[in-house]
Amino acid sequence: MQKTYYDPADLKKFSKISEWNEELGSKFFEYYNSVFKEGALSEREKSLIALAVAHTIQCPYCIDAYTGDGLQRGITKEEMMEALHVSGAIRGGASLVHGVQMMNKVNKLDG
Amino acid sequence: MTKFKTQSLHKQDSDLANANRQLEILSNGIFQNGELTTFSNKIKETNQFPLRPKKLEILQINVGYMCNQVCTHCHVDAGPDRKEIMTQETMQQCLNIIKTTGAHTLDLTGGAPEMNPHFRWFVEEASQAGIKDFIVRSNLTIIRANKKYHDLPHFFKKHNVHVISSMPHWTRGKTDKQRGNGVFDQSIKALQELNSVGYGMPDSSLKLDLVYNPSGAFLPGDQKAMERDFKKALVDDFNIQFHNLFSITNLPISRFLDYLIASENYEDYMYALVEAYNPAAVANVMCTNTISISWDGYLYDCDFNQMLELPVNSKVKHISNYNETLLQDRNIVISQHCYGCTAGAGSSCQGTVT
Repeated sequence: MQKTYYDPADLKKFSKISEWNEELGSKFFEYYNSVFKEGALSEREKSLIALAVAHTIQCPYCIDAYTGDGLQRGITKEEMMEALHVSGAIRGGASLVHGVQMMNKVNKLDG
Repeated sequence: MTKFKTQSLHKQDSDLANANRQLEILSNGIFQNGELTTFSNKIKETNQFPLRPKKLEILQINVGYMCNQVCTHCHVDAGPDRKEIMTQETMQQCLNIIKTTGAHTLDLTGGAPEMNPHFRWFVEEASQAGIKDFIVRSNLTIIRANKKYHDLPHFFKKHNVHVISSMPHWTRGKTDKQRGNGVFDQSIKALQELNSVGYGMPDSSLKLDLVYNPSGAFLPGDQKAMERDFKKALVDDFNIQFHNLFSITNLPISRFLDYLIASENYEDYMYALVEAYNPAAVANVMCTNTISISWDGYLYDCDFNQMLELPVNSKVKHISNYNETLLQDRNIVISQHCYGCTAGAGSSCQGTVT
């Protein structure tokens, strides 16, 4: 029995998801590839966004993929870490901003 | 963390200084057990076997393995401790070939070619041979290494040499990690000196191109995008101009192979190369239009085969009996390292090939 939920080798098999549903799988990958093409944002900027989101959703495959992608694009480790702090700040802020709800409730019930 | 080495693999008596040992590693393991397809079988799938030369365009001459740097990725295993240097006699034989070859490009490489004691004489002679594009691969720091090299930018200009130089990144950290402490600052100064005599300026005919190769176990990104990022950073930070950026894949031989194995990246890197295999790159791979000449006058399909001691598969094996027509009628010698030149957009000493 497999002892871990994640196997790094599975990342290479990502495209196989189309085998069980060709239509939706193909549509997904077509969309995915279009998203990362240069547009109003550069491919480099999109790679950094992807890296930050990968950490926010804590996807090991995506972290692997977009760390490698960043290195290939010449993105430095300083840029990568700054992107992660943006992710961390939003994630932390998302918790803390709910403090206003807590404060409202406390003030209403016990103010 | 990569520990910077100051000695070549040869000086260290490393197992990997031996070409046969390298070829053994590249043929065993994942290629022997069938996990990955060998390069010859791969090109058979697209009917590109055997690989044959096309029109000869480039004569690449390696004038010696001595270098003032000991870069972590170096496929030559060059360094100050390497004593293999082309003699003036061999250079004279090369000149005879240069005068009659059908190739339009002469490409001098090393080591640091400028460290060969006959380098200037050779450049002076070769520049009069009517070759269209005369390249010297300069590592930049040599220009700053010693007073006797300080006038190299003027010397290059005088002989209309096309300068191609390695620059792995526009940041100090990444460059010094690969090429040694202090290399970035010295390279920047050398580039500014080349710019000051006209090299690399937008409308200048004095060509200055840079070579990017990844600082670790990953493949290079898009050449055009990298060039744009390099140009912006070097102009913004140092007011440096250059013409083209060539993006080169690190081939899994010599010091880079040593690094891949020591960092436990070898198998993943070979997987990445094989997965990125591009048949279109095979059609234009540099061994199809290049002949590589070693410091002792032997002939190879490319500089990588030279380092792996895989001579041309031809009756003509040395410049002493050079015959271009006969030489062009040969099968190119291949092994698994060739995947490095066929990954993605392909890779050559002139950058991508597709």
